[in-house]
Amino acid sequence: MPTIREIRRRVRSVQSTAKITRAMEMVAASKMRRAQERTLAARPYAEKMRQVLADLAAQRRSGEEIHPLLVKRSVNRIAIIHITPDRGLCGGLVANVNRSVASFILEQRVPVTIVVIGRKGRDFMVRSGQEVRAEFTRLGDRPSIVDVLPIARIVIDDYTDGLIDEVYLSYTQFVTTMSQRPVLWRLLPIEPAAIEPGRNVDYIYEPSPDEVLAELLPRFVEMGLYHAILEAIASEQSARMVAMRNATDNANELIEDLTLTYNKARQEMITKELLDITGGAAALV
Amino acid sequence: MAKLRFEIVTAERAVYSDEVDIVIAPGIEGQLGILPSHAPLLTMLQPGELVVRKEGEETAIFVSGGFLEVMQNRVTVLADVAERAEEIDIARAEEAKRRAEEQLKERPLEMDLAAAEAALRRSLVRLKIAERRKKRPGSGGAQGL
Repeated sequence: MPTIREIRRRVRSVQSTAKITRAMEMVAASKMRRAQERTLAARPYAEKMRQVLADLAAQRRSGEEIHPLLVKRSVNRIAIIHITPDRGLCGGLVANVNRSVASFILEQRVPVTIVVIGRKGRDFMVRSGQEVRAEFTRLGDRPSIVDVLPIARIVIDDYTDGLIDEVYLSYTQFVTTMSQRPVLWRLLPIEPAAIEPGRNVDYIYEPSPDEVLAELLPRFVEMGLYHAILEAIASEQSARMVAMRNATDNANELIEDLTLTYNKARQEMITKELLDITGGAAALV
Repeated sequence: MAKLRFEIVTAERAVYSDEVDIVIAPGIEGQLGILPSHAPLLTMLQPGELVVRKEGEETAIFVSGGFLEVMQNRVTVLADVAERAEEIDIARAEEAKRRAEEQLKERPLEMDLAAAEAALRRSLVRLKIAERRKKRPGSGGAQGL
């Protein structure tokens, strides 16, 4: 049985932990809101770009040379861009996304190159002895598209140089505040969406369809990557918010339990003292 | 007269969106004006000033490049970077201009001439738009989003 003073110290320490987790919960909540807004703000651009790309791709007649970023070739080596948080304390999020990418790597018959974003993923890849082509950490909570360009550059260059034949994106998709899902999809070669029926527009292209396409495709890759990073940040923050809320709840529960034990111990002590006094008094009579 | 539904978006945000009368854009093959009932068009943009006019009032927007699409009286600009006149950071543009000019003058060996020229052009356009706005306070587009 711990002494009264020990219990009191425990309560105080748990209380200060609860204060910290509560603060972290609130910080994560506001960052999450901002990340969600940014994901939404990026959507019109992405939508439009997909549409234009579909229109352009539909223009092609067979036999023409296609842009390198659209060519499917036999796969000798793939690359994965693995997006993770820099920081922990966000529940099972990091473990989930790492597990998802690990099982994908195990399924591959060809060598895999990793480009990793975020410290947690970097640590994981280094620990498991994967070949890491490049790492990007400390992108922060509000990366701009400019921060993403070097990452896109690396994979586009490696891809056009023939060092890699497919590029995948691995990150956590924001579903709701309570649920985030690890996803993995192919970024390169680009698969243009089919055009909506009845939308066959005969555009005037300036300077020419090919040149517009050549400008558009790298931007499409950058956009896909940027969007994935925004999703990952929104996921991270909401996972952290939920984890910290649970931590706060647990701390409060613990405080209640400890307070109860404390009160019991106190009462017991008083009873014992009273018994001593009455016993002492009885002995005097 | 029919109006154009004009929208300019970047990867990070929607910059401006409104019903306008005319759009004048810095197309890759030259300045182009777009009025309602324009044929479907998809063009690349060069760094420059994009002007929209609505009931006689003009709004200038800096674009660093990107794409412009016209379809059924809808004009959509996918810009790399876009800033409304009042958003332009004059000090930064001055600094960029000075730096680019210096590079072009000194021509260090490892320098990318084309990049420096492009940077110079961007800063000049930014400054031009910002200057004009200062001369006509009150106009230059405070409406929109």
